[in-house]
Amino acid sequence: MEQSYGIFLYIISLATMGGMYAMLTLGLNIQWGFTGLFNVGIAGFFAIGAYVSAILTSPETTRHLGGFELPYIVGFSASMIVTALIAWGVGKVCLRLRSDYLAIATIGIGEIFRLILKNETWATNGPRGVSMVPKPFESLAEPYNQLMFLALVLVTVAVIYLLIEAACKSPWGRVMTAIRENEPAARAAGKNVERFRMEAFVIGCMIMGLAGAFTAQYLKFIDPNATELTTTTFLVWVMLIVGGSANNKGAILGAFLMWTVWSASEILTSRLPDDMAIRTAYVRIFLIGLALQIVLQKFPSGILPEKRPKPSGSHE
Amino acid sequence: MIALMEFINFYLIPGIVLGSIYALGAVGITLTFGILRFANFAHGETMTLGVYFTWTLMQITPFHPLVILPASMLLTVLVVLGIDRLFYKPFRASPTIMVVMASFGIMLMVRSVIQFVWGVQLKGLVPGIQRPMVLFDTLRISPKHMVIIASAVVLVLLIHLLLSRTKIGKAMRAMSDSPELARLTGIGTEKIVMTTWVVGASLACAAGVFLAYDTHVETMMGFKLLLPMFAAAILGGVGKPYGAIAGGLIIGLVEELSSYPWIGTEPLLNPGYKAGVAFAIMVLMLLWRPSGLFRGRVF
Amino acid sequence: MAVLSLDQVVGGYGDTQILHGVSMHVDEGEIVVIIGPNGAGKSTAMKAVFGLLNLSSGRVFLDDNEITNMPTEMVVRQGVCYVPQTANIFPSLTVEENLEMGAYVRKDDFRPRMAEIYDLFPPLLEKRKHAAGTLSGGQRQMVAMGKAMMLEPKILLLDEPTAGLSPKFRGEIFSIIRTVNNAGTPILMVEQNAKQALKIADRGYVLVDGKNKFDGAGQALLDDPEVAEMFLGGGSHKVAS
Repeated sequence: MEQSYGIFLYIISLATMGGMYAMLTLGLNIQWGFTGLFNVGIAGFFAIGAYVSAILTSPETTRHLGGFELPYIVGFSASMIVTALIAWGVGKVCLRLRSDYLAIATIGIGEIFRLILKNETWATNGPRGVSMVPKPFESLAEPYNQLMFLALVLVTVAVIYLLIEAACKSPWGRVMTAIRENEPAARAAGKNVERFRMEAFVIGCMIMGLAGAFTAQYLKFIDPNATELTTTTFLVWVMLIVGGSANNKGAILGAFLMWTVWSASEILTSRLPDDMAIRTAYVRIFLIGLALQIVLQKFPSGILPEKRPKPSGSHE
Repeated sequence: MIALMEFINFYLIPGIVLGSIYALGAVGITLTFGILRFANFAHGETMTLGVYFTWTLMQITPFHPLVILPASMLLTVLVVLGIDRLFYKPFRASPTIMVVMASFGIMLMVRSVIQFVWGVQLKGLVPGIQRPMVLFDTLRISPKHMVIIASAVVLVLLIHLLLSRTKIGKAMRAMSDSPELARLTGIGTEKIVMTTWVVGASLACAAGVFLAYDTHVETMMGFKLLLPMFAAAILGGVGKPYGAIAGGLIIGLVEELSSYPWIGTEPLLNPGYKAGVAFAIMVLMLLWRPSGLFRGRVF
Repeated sequence: MAVLSLDQVVGGYGDTQILHGVSMHVDEGEIVVIIGPNGAGKSTAMKAVFGLLNLSSGRVFLDDNEITNMPTEMVVRQGVCYVPQTANIFPSLTVEENLEMGAYVRKDDFRPRMAEIYDLFPPLLEKRKHAAGTLSGGQRQMVAMGKAMMLEPKILLLDEPTAGLSPKFRGEIFSIIRTVNNAGTPILMVEQNAKQALKIADRGYVLVDGKNKFDGAGQALLDDPEVAEMFLGGGSHKVAS
């Protein structure tokens, strides 16, 4: 009985984290899947959202900026607004150049943000991070608090999914596809390609910021490790590619599937002796990387391939 | 006078040392960008790998790192050529962003192999602290720094000879200028690509070993250099090896000089943000002149 | 006897067919020019020779050897050189290095050939240590052609050599083409400035919609009222596609 309750709680946490990764993959899908923007600064935007929300909602402390104790909705909104502003700045510099430059600049943003988190101790408590972040529904009894939070995450994912699906079917989405398929033709038709790219980039980053905010509230804690490339940026990329980029259902599927694999493999390796356990963590990263390479080479369209109106396409 | 010597000893010379390391690394980045046409995210890990090969060889032989360097360069080159064959070559005809993504994956794969094999704890390449040499009473320069600067100069000269005197070197520059025309001219792509990896990986290994010789051996050392190296390549102009050398020196110098107390007695920039300097320079360059100082390609 | 011949060539890029059966040949010592409206497949016909296009049917011969769908590098080694319309020099290499690259596939001593090229284009000798990208438009064209001629090719293909040049330079380029031809190299070129090109050409082909429409001696095409009306009218200043 005890054990099955533990498994029940584990599944809830698995689904909650999976849902937060689904937000990240949906955000990345707008950028990469639909617009072809190569963002490897996911961790950076995620961390920005996480810190903004954590600082705005947490109680007063001498260790870092805070004490605002604002409602969650303000924390979530603010995290989206701040990430949007920063994304806009990055986009201004990079979006007129080829994707490689965006990749370099976004990886730089992640690094800069890590430096700020570590150095501006007055605001962020440095490497020790922000703790005591309040969590929605935490006053409820277990497991109802967990279930309510999971429901909140899943509803958010569903809302994001429906909004993106609607946007894709709208004239805006059609222009987006046209730009990706044939940029010169879209330009010739008088479309402002830069503006559309910027919109996709900013919206994608806002969703990543929101995912960060959710994670900070869920874990009740955030530290500069959130900017770590492996577990955020890289995993999200693998999720999207495996699930099927340019397909929103694929993005969500990839997030839940790969998070389950990632998390289950952690449980398996944690049973090993300490020294081995630390080392096998690296084997996990290696295998995930290898999986990405195999999918890229052999199944570039992922589990749920993109649904296209017409079969012709030189993009993939 | 004392202030000047302090400036030279503690800011200028370290700046040149760091700049030489960036310069050597950035040549590989810029050649890969120009010839294979993609931003190679795994270049930092190539460096790290070279360092660990050197460290291992030093455990089993009694030689100085510089003596071992050619052997570890060779090992690094072999690994990089293997990676190219398995993970990059299938994408030669694909949109370049596929290779960028593959290289991003390789970055983490190589790093995880290093962490698995060698562990994450700090190691030293050479034990102990060396006493700096004092020249003209006040100029203090550590023998390590002299070795690094002198070796870097030799390597830069070798690159220069390769690129300006040999047929394959000229063909590399030609392909970096225009891959399509190079093909129409009968320059075989694969041979040039192989040479690019050989040159890039050897220099990356050397740069990594110089850094480890100056500081220590660590699994994230290459990744930390990735951003300054990209910045150096963009600053110098993508595809321009001479530009990358200049760009690397400039970025290394600016990074070190940014914490000099130019105004008042406080460092101009909190040293904690040193690593952000390269990024700032890169962003300014992309805004002002994306083709770089040496008029490289803009994609 | 034909140096180069195309026999009922059909092909294009991906799913798009551009050539629907093009035949032409270039004989020893000739200048042959391809004219036609935009999108007729003129440049594509040249690329077909050069292995830059997948041919679904038809054959290409160099002398008596078939070179249909041969990889570009091999076509170059067989002695066909191609000067594209744009990006036809390596701008950061010096003039001399550009010529050396032209001789990339040669294993023998190419210095005598280089001296000949400098004789043909004296301005290049003066600028041999300059980066080719710093030269004027006409001089760049000399570098491009000189580079292609380093191989002593059996035939030289030129894609719109005068595109984007002023009328003064255009005349200069046409006289360079004549010089090159007089030195013994047959030339096949695509030209927008049809009238001027036909004047120096031995023969010409008119392509329309990926097919042969007319062909004949240069002067005969110039005199043909139908050709004149369709292609030689005011169209000589059209910007190349």
